[in-house]
Amino acid sequence: MNKSVYELGKADVAWCPGCGNFTIWKGLKEILAEMKINPQELVMVSGIGQAAKIPHYIRCNVFNGLHGRALPAATGIKTANPELVVIAESGDGDMYGEGGNHFIHTIRRNPDITNIVHNNMIYGLTKGQASPTSQQGFITPVQVNGVILEPFNPLTVAIALNASFVARTSTVDTDRMKMILKEAIQNPGYSLVDIFQPCVSFNKVNTYKWFKESTYYLEDSHNPENKFDAFARASETNKLPLGIFYRNTHKKSFEQSLSVYQEDKTPIVNRRVDLRKLEEFIKK
Amino acid sequence: MVKKEDISIVLCGPAGQGIKTAEKIMVSIFKKAGYNVFATKEYMSRIRGGSNSTSIRVSSKPIRALVDRMDILIPLDSQALHHVESRITSETIIIGEKEKLVEKKQNHNYMIFDVSLTKLAKEAGGVIYANMVVVGIIAELLNLDRSLVYSYVEDIFSKKEKEIVSQNINAIDLGYKTSSELDLDLRINIQPKKTAKIKEQIMINGGEAVSMGAVAGGCNFIASYPMTPSTSVLTFLAQQGKRFNIVAEQAEDEIAAINMTLGAWYAGARGMVTTSGGGFALMTEGLSLAAMLETPLVIHLAQRPGPATGLPTRTEQGDLLFALHAGHGEFPRIIFTPGTLEDGFYLTQKAFNLADKFQIPVLILTDQYFIDSYYNIPAFDFSEIQNKKYMVKTNKDYQRYALTKNGISPRGIPGNGDGMVVVDSDEHDYDGHITENLAIRSKMVDKRWQKMNEMVQEALPPEIIGPQESETLVICWGSTVNMVKEALHHINQNKTALLYFKQVYPLPSQTLPILKRAKKLIIVENNATAQFAQILKTQFNLDIPAKILTYRGQTFSVEELEKKLRKVIL
Repeated sequence: MNKSVYELGKADVAWCPGCGNFTIWKGLKEILAEMKINPQELVMVSGIGQAAKIPHYIRCNVFNGLHGRALPAATGIKTANPELVVIAESGDGDMYGEGGNHFIHTIRRNPDITNIVHNNMIYGLTKGQASPTSQQGFITPVQVNGVILEPFNPLTVAIALNASFVARTSTVDTDRMKMILKEAIQNPGYSLVDIFQPCVSFNKVNTYKWFKESTYYLEDSHNPENKFDAFARASETNKLPLGIFYRNTHKKSFEQSLSVYQEDKTPIVNRRVDLRKLEEFIKK
Repeated sequence: MVKKEDISIVLCGPAGQGIKTAEKIMVSIFKKAGYNVFATKEYMSRIRGGSNSTSIRVSSKPIRALVDRMDILIPLDSQALHHVESRITSETIIIGEKEKLVEKKQNHNYMIFDVSLTKLAKEAGGVIYANMVVVGIIAELLNLDRSLVYSYVEDIFSKKEKEIVSQNINAIDLGYKTSSELDLDLRINIQPKKTAKIKEQIMINGGEAVSMGAVAGGCNFIASYPMTPSTSVLTFLAQQGKRFNIVAEQAEDEIAAINMTLGAWYAGARGMVTTSGGGFALMTEGLSLAAMLETPLVIHLAQRPGPATGLPTRTEQGDLLFALHAGHGEFPRIIFTPGTLEDGFYLTQKAFNLADKFQIPVLILTDQYFIDSYYNIPAFDFSEIQNKKYMVKTNKDYQRYALTKNGISPRGIPGNGDGMVVVDSDEHDYDGHITENLAIRSKMVDKRWQKMNEMVQEALPPEIIGPQESETLVICWGSTVNMVKEALHHINQNKTALLYFKQVYPLPSQTLPILKRAKKLIIVENNATAQFAQILKTQFNLDIPAKILTYRGQTFSVEELEKKLRKVIL
């Protein structure tokens, strides 16, 4: 499949020149084409923020909902029609801050969706306040004496909750980023891909150069099926590892576990209520 | 002495004593025997202790409303007696353990028939069977065929051990025996007439009516967070999920619930949420989203007294204006306020179709009293039940928000056709993509409101119950309807009718002429500020000076309303 099927042609892209979003955008379209996913069968769900605008620049079905609420909407979509490919994509503030509770419980619920999080450690659209992943001491117009809060570590949280697939990558190495995204989409359960990405307008600390120098890829010998190893590696702060940290291959997806899909795989959206059956039931 | 054809039985005791089970059994067997039955309960927000009560009416004629009167009271402890004290009269027959109920020295003129429920229960197999002894006593008083009681009890406990079933039966037998040894006059005087066709009727409560209506409306998705008194709808749909192809999910919070449900509708399902005031407050962001996306949505809002946590297990009609104005921004919606079980069923079914047709949120406003009240009604008529399919197959150039004459853009779903279904919480263009083109913004606002024309045309008119050209109209909405109806029946004044609103927004154009025709308007509401009167004032500049309100956490009893109505009508 040619990646041009995902091109809208007329999109007025709202990102700053040099933004890491461009790399993710391009890479995503390429792997979707490589995976031969029909745009008609793909639903991109997002919240609010600059990253959350990405569905508007891809030719596919789009549910651009509220700030922080992409994951529940994505869960509803996938449950109603498991034949759709569902990607929930937004920024760190949206997924980990406003949507923190949904992040926790969507991991527990484990719908077969891919959760891509653009992590630039800052709020861009509201012009430069701290995000949940901002590092301590990071000075902003609101956090005037530097961030006090412990940074949110999405990887350790996801691993602790036995997420089906947990990975982190960065826009520095496009090929590895694409490879990981592909595996995440293929994984039959909730998959988290946290992507480090520079905000060229507001984050003068965590720059492209900073990400390049402060990260490294996990060795091939890392066994993602070992939860304790995964947790230890995800906890590292000296230099930040990238790669697939954790996989839980034993999990059934949420929709697979639902009683309505035990005997009949037909999506509920293609079924009709049996009124006669209801009438009989009520009389009984 | 007890009235012959309409008996009110009250069972009161601490939580955890099986009052609810006894209620369920009694309403079912009385109905099976051919009596008209009504039951409602009031309970405390606790799992054990306190005082909960259920009021059951058994009658020759259809009855559907709460009365204060207690012909027979069965208090399980002294606290229970105290709890319903204000309803005890010299004619109330109290059956219970005299020693436990009143202190020897206490000066009282209660008519107590001393029955040691605990002793009898122990004899049957354990103290937990006290509720079944009570079932036996009442069944005997009503002259019920014992085999009917047995078969029902065997049926509901069919999954339990044989011993448990036989102990329940023992308890019932002991109840029968005890009752037959009570004063004979008492038994003779309570004989409502049985009607054969009642046996064919159904016995459900408001929660079941709404749930069944949802299934009938094609609901196949519900996500909610448990909150009294709305939870029974989630429970029902979860339990019947496999039978009727429904996904029922308990969400982490109400915000997740409403967003999941919107996702489900977007993908082509028919979804609902069920909640109460505080939960609905959390959902208002999602309600506003539904409006912007023009994604259909059905919300069941079972009211309880607020503000904040308020009285979690009690009843009020205090969220009407909140439901009307909830959500940021301006957008159309429909609000149904069913007051009868039939309306609970038919309007919920309709809600799914209207939400789908107009691509708007439809709210079904009930309350604890409605949800927890049972009575027998004829089985629902399915001949008129239809679920229209409004979704279209998309073509290559599909535009989710294409402009149309009536404001309704054909709604596609992902995966069905060659088009892309794009929806956005931002203001959007015809394709659904984010826009800041202010000319398009105005067109989109107009488009969303354009739907109001047809919504008003299709709005359900208020029901006039009583003489059509009455000088006096008693206005009510939702669950108070049956009390007002019975009170007016007692008053029996041929110039007064009841005007019952089952849809409070939008109001159809017939509303004003009906109101203007009357010389005197009286409004009855279970809130402190006459919220529906405020809506009528805003919409029609119409004042209703006579307001009958209550907001103590209970609804009106028939007697209370009769008294208050007499004062303003006569």
